[in-house]
Amino acid sequence: MVDLSINIAGLHFKNPVTTASGTFGYGEEFCDFMDIDHLGGIFVKAVTGQNREGNAYPRMAETASGMLNSVGLQNKGVDYFCREIYPRIKHFNTNIIVNVSGSTIEEYVEVAERINELDQVPAIELNISCPNVRQGGMAFGTAPSMSTKVTRAVRKVYKKVLMVKLSPNVTEISEIAKAAVDGGADVITLINTLLGMAIDAEKCRPVLSTVTGGLSGPAIKPVALRMVYQVHHAVSVPIIGLGGIMNATDAVEFILAGASAVQVGTANFIDPAISIKIIGGIENYMERHRIGSIKDLVGALKHDKK
Amino acid sequence: MPPKKLVQDLQIINNKRLNERHFLLELLAPEPLPVMLPGQFVQVLIENTPNTFLRRPFSIHSADKVKHTFQLFIQIKGEGTRYLSRLREGTKLNVIYPLGNSFSLPATNKILLVGGGCGVAPLLFLAQFLHKNNIRPTILLGFRTKQDIAEREEYLKYGNLLLITDDGSEGEKGQVTDHSLFQKQQIGCQHIFCCGPEPMMKAVARIARVHRVNCEVSLENMMACGFGVCLCCITPTDKGNERVCVEGPVFNTKRLKWI
Repeated sequence: MVDLSINIAGLHFKNPVTTASGTFGYGEEFCDFMDIDHLGGIFVKAVTGQNREGNAYPRMAETASGMLNSVGLQNKGVDYFCREIYPRIKHFNTNIIVNVSGSTIEEYVEVAERINELDQVPAIELNISCPNVRQGGMAFGTAPSMSTKVTRAVRKVYKKVLMVKLSPNVTEISEIAKAAVDGGADVITLINTLLGMAIDAEKCRPVLSTVTGGLSGPAIKPVALRMVYQVHHAVSVPIIGLGGIMNATDAVEFILAGASAVQVGTANFIDPAISIKIIGGIENYMERHRIGSIKDLVGALKHDKK
Repeated sequence: MPPKKLVQDLQIINNKRLNERHFLLELLAPEPLPVMLPGQFVQVLIENTPNTFLRRPFSIHSADKVKHTFQLFIQIKGEGTRYLSRLREGTKLNVIYPLGNSFSLPATNKILLVGGGCGVAPLLFLAQFLHKNNIRPTILLGFRTKQDIAEREEYLKYGNLLLITDDGSEGEKGQVTDHSLFQKQQIGCQHIFCCGPEPMMKAVARIARVHRVNCEVSLENMMACGFGVCLCCITPTDKGNERVCVEGPVFNTKRLKWI
């Protein structure tokens, strides 16, 4: 019997497998396919201050071993989430973590304050890949100073576990991670999507209506793993890793690199029950390697002695 | 309550090449079929090809409750569909189904089905469904050329079939909306169901609006998941962005913001 449970910043996870924001709706959409309660947690679709329609179609392009998306944070806003969606999902017996997004620091704070009041939500994930409209659309998470500023502002109003989700579109990910921790982050989650582009050669046009979009899927795993590894060596707060996880072996690689838990994202589109299979696969791995507790696997990457 | 979505391994029991670009896959389910309605679609997993990461959506072309089978009418467009076209009987395919909403059952029996290219796919299922409800529609199908026409005997069973080809090699000549049916003062129907390339559906929708008849189309937006979570396949409607895979693929054209 292996022990998959792990405590992350005071939050108990029955296992290290969770699902990524934007790939799992609000959980209820997957009830036909699996029992949500088996998961360590779910990161629900981004919630913003106001209703957002999102970007124009086309919002996606399939790419080699992945896809680009430019959905644009379509959601009905925090009011609707609290009134209509939360009551339907709060009974799930898994950690419900709300992804908080915004265009201004004020918006992040407003949403965080409202989510703070929801009893059955033990944590939020601050999505700092959003463009800061007050700073010419530069993503919050591309500058250490902005990362600290937005985290600090939310920290003041949010009393529970504060996770900050990093954008990989930076030169030095460890800097951003440190900046978020300085601002009060309890957990770092990474990576969000990589900025990419697709072109339709026959039409001579970009495929996405927004020209560029976020790349996800197996293609980004090597970058995500590298960043988890680097951040693990830069900060001492727990890390949740994501980026192209398709199976249990992928998940184990992230844990070895330093992640205490993982998020499964794009893989959910291909096999809606993949996250459950990954839990079983991790168990299997631990039995084969005679590892009693998942805690012993976190950051257990072996290095040659120099 | 929509029926539960299934993820199943289905066996290919027939792979019939219809012509150079189209083939029919008949799939056998391991248990009785769920309720499947015309307009709905399935998401097929395609393995072992370098550039097909996501599933491929296909309309349900017909279904046989007694045999536990359903058919997909597929046009070869790229690597994924080419791979499927070569699969042998006995191969298993992993499929998520049934997905999406369905064509409505209108109050009238003066119905016109209009299809172009691989847009014909859901129309056979619709014609079979209308037949069960004692309705015999007019079915207008447009193809590039005579060689592309497939399954005409099937359509003839269920409706009054009219054909038009781009090159005039069979039936009238021209695009679907060039057909003489649309040039009359009265188009003689009260409800149109249409599926095909977007410019064709838009043109038919405009005609429907002029003649003040109801029109339902089946949209084919690009999808990642096909079951409502990725929010990639949206189309703008009078109620904001709606998902082609859940609130669609069938929409009444009055609601769409593309005309």
